[in-house]
Amino acid sequence: MNKKQKKMLIRIIISSVLMVLLFFAYRILGPADKPYSLGFIKEPFWFILYMIPYIIIGYDIFKKAFKGIIKLRPFDENFLMAVATIGAIVLALIKKSGDYTDAIAVMLFYQVGELFQSYAVGKSRKNISSLMDIRPDYANVERDGRIEKVSPDEVSVSDVITVYPGEKIPIDGIIEEGNSTLNTSALTGESLPKDVSAGDEVISGCINLTGVLKIRTTKEFGESTVSKILELVESSSSNKSRSEAFISKFAKIYTPAVVISALCLAILPPLFMLVIGKTPEWPEWIYRALTFLVISCPCALVISIPLSFFAGLGGASKEGILIKGSNYLESLSKTKYVVFDKTGTLTKGVFNVNCVHHNTIDEEKLLEYAAHCESASSHPISISLKNAYGKEIDESRVSEIKEISGHGITAKVDEIKIAAGNEKLMESLGLEYKSCHKNGTIVHMAVGDEYAGHIVISDEVKPDSKEAIEKLKKVGVKKTVMLTGDLEKVGKVVADSLGVDEVYGNLLPADKVAKVEDLINNKGRKEVLAFAGDGINDAPVLARADIGIAMGALGSDAAIEAADVVLMDDNPVKIAQAIKISRKCIRIVYENICFALIIKFACLILGAFGIANMWVAIFADVGVMVIAVLNAIRALNTKNTL
Amino acid sequence: MKKSYVIEVDCANCANLMEDAANKTEGIKSAAVNFMTQKMLVEFEEGADEKATMKKVLKNCRKVEDDCNIEF
Repeated sequence: MNKKQKKMLIRIIISSVLMVLLFFAYRILGPADKPYSLGFIKEPFWFILYMIPYIIIGYDIFKKAFKGIIKLRPFDENFLMAVATIGAIVLALIKKSGDYTDAIAVMLFYQVGELFQSYAVGKSRKNISSLMDIRPDYANVERDGRIEKVSPDEVSVSDVITVYPGEKIPIDGIIEEGNSTLNTSALTGESLPKDVSAGDEVISGCINLTGVLKIRTTKEFGESTVSKILELVESSSSNKSRSEAFISKFAKIYTPAVVISALCLAILPPLFMLVIGKTPEWPEWIYRALTFLVISCPCALVISIPLSFFAGLGGASKEGILIKGSNYLESLSKTKYVVFDKTGTLTKGVFNVNCVHHNTIDEEKLLEYAAHCESASSHPISISLKNAYGKEIDESRVSEIKEISGHGITAKVDEIKIAAGNEKLMESLGLEYKSCHKNGTIVHMAVGDEYAGHIVISDEVKPDSKEAIEKLKKVGVKKTVMLTGDLEKVGKVVADSLGVDEVYGNLLPADKVAKVEDLINNKGRKEVLAFAGDGINDAPVLARADIGIAMGALGSDAAIEAADVVLMDDNPVKIAQAIKISRKCIRIVYENICFALIIKFACLILGAFGIANMWVAIFADVGVMVIAVLNAIRALNTKNTL
Repeated sequence: MKKSYVIEVDCANCANLMEDAANKTEGIKSAAVNFMTQKMLVEFEEGADEKATMKKVLKNCRKVEDDCNIEF
């Protein structure tokens, strides 16, 4: 609690204690006509006594109300509270009922509500900003042999910065010296620490856990990951959702409408009574009108709807899902079609040796030959062969390397003739080969002058992809589609293994846009199509889809720009999770809208018929607000969304 | 030009009023107030002087909510 809130709490305690004491004192010492009463103290002393707690709790309201009148803003909530409570006191004086508790209680509850609201909002703001507390405060730079703390802004590209254990990496760079483990959870939501050593690229915002690292920066602070993310998060809630727009419009109409109805309620029925010749009962109708005024504040809606969205966005970012605005959160919840890019999204985008077939010699040996044969090449296929071999390559064993473009490579390893390449290479060498039923790139091998089998290299499906598709189906996505630049056949196999409904292959980036447009044109008006890609060459598609989801996009600025949702790690399961979080948030928003409106209108009607008194009215105002705020904070909780 | 400013405002409705006031200020193309993050995101019109415009924005906001503050 801050100072302001503490002061308010003290005021609330003092005046509520006084109010309770007075309440009982009135029963015992009050007017002689009441039972058990001794009649020691008479009016107007009661009035004066009751005014003490009333003024303690309400003085700032009067001040603000007065300022509001000067500024010609009549429908200010302070003004309404002041009018309602003063009206209640005046009525009590006129009726000589001595019942001033109503007015004090209304003021008291109103202030309790305000205090609660400012506390809850402050608390959840702190919660959420601590989740995204990745802003580094300083960077350690060596100057004249001493290490100095400077602002990250002052560090230029290719300076060396030192990061001690427990510190945040302030700027993106490459490790020059040192080993450590990094906590990346603030960035990716991934709780497993990551081991890094010299030569590894590191991104800003990670926390260095164990060792001292010397990092050569590759970007300026403003261009670093951490700045990009903070920029995204901070500007996120300026894109307002339709519900929020609705509420702020509603709030503008609601208060004046209720105030005008209150006026009508105070004047019209008594006039009507006069006309038909009955007693007008002015005090009764004015009391009812004042009850109206107490309900007239749209606080519950105005505060809880943005708070729900804020908590929803915060909860999502806790899980490594950055959503650029509450409008996107809203459309995300209506997702019915999810279109994927294949490589890098559903598959790892890294080529790996999958299996070795028909080998006449030992598998290890065959890979060893293959790796050595391809030792001079930097083609992805060669790299994957070298990775599969996994040991140091001794280039002195290799000679006479010949690269035959479009065919493969021939070389001598340990003075044995080795050929590694495709079917054409085998044909040109006059060797019989066995074709493969497996998908992927096939490297046929010849050792000596004989066919020695083939190695299948393929892009690996991510371990979570299948689960991701299943979960999407579970959250009610109608259709999943995969787009790929690869051969349709290759795509089909991946799609079938994952359970994706449709596949389109052989697509250039422009074709992908056309395909997505096709799908958008064929869907229902209220259905939303999301496109998920790794962001490397998907920017146009990301921008075209209703919702563009960029995965593992750290470092790809174009994707962060174009996408509406950014997944910090590249786990496709997060797509379903994002949808679930958005659904939960939207459900809470609707719950709050309905709950607040129903209670308020019910109390208005009951108030008009004189069934609900001011106590009920203040519940309709403050109680609903408290409940709605508590409900809104639920959106922050992302348990059970995975 | 787009810039974000730290603001201080106590109630959500007041934040909406501030947004309206800021949007009506000369030199402002669009302004969005985020009550939750206590930030105001402002897009200036071309050629508008930042300091002078923000002074006007603050003045207009104070008219609707005298408790508010904008840091610029």
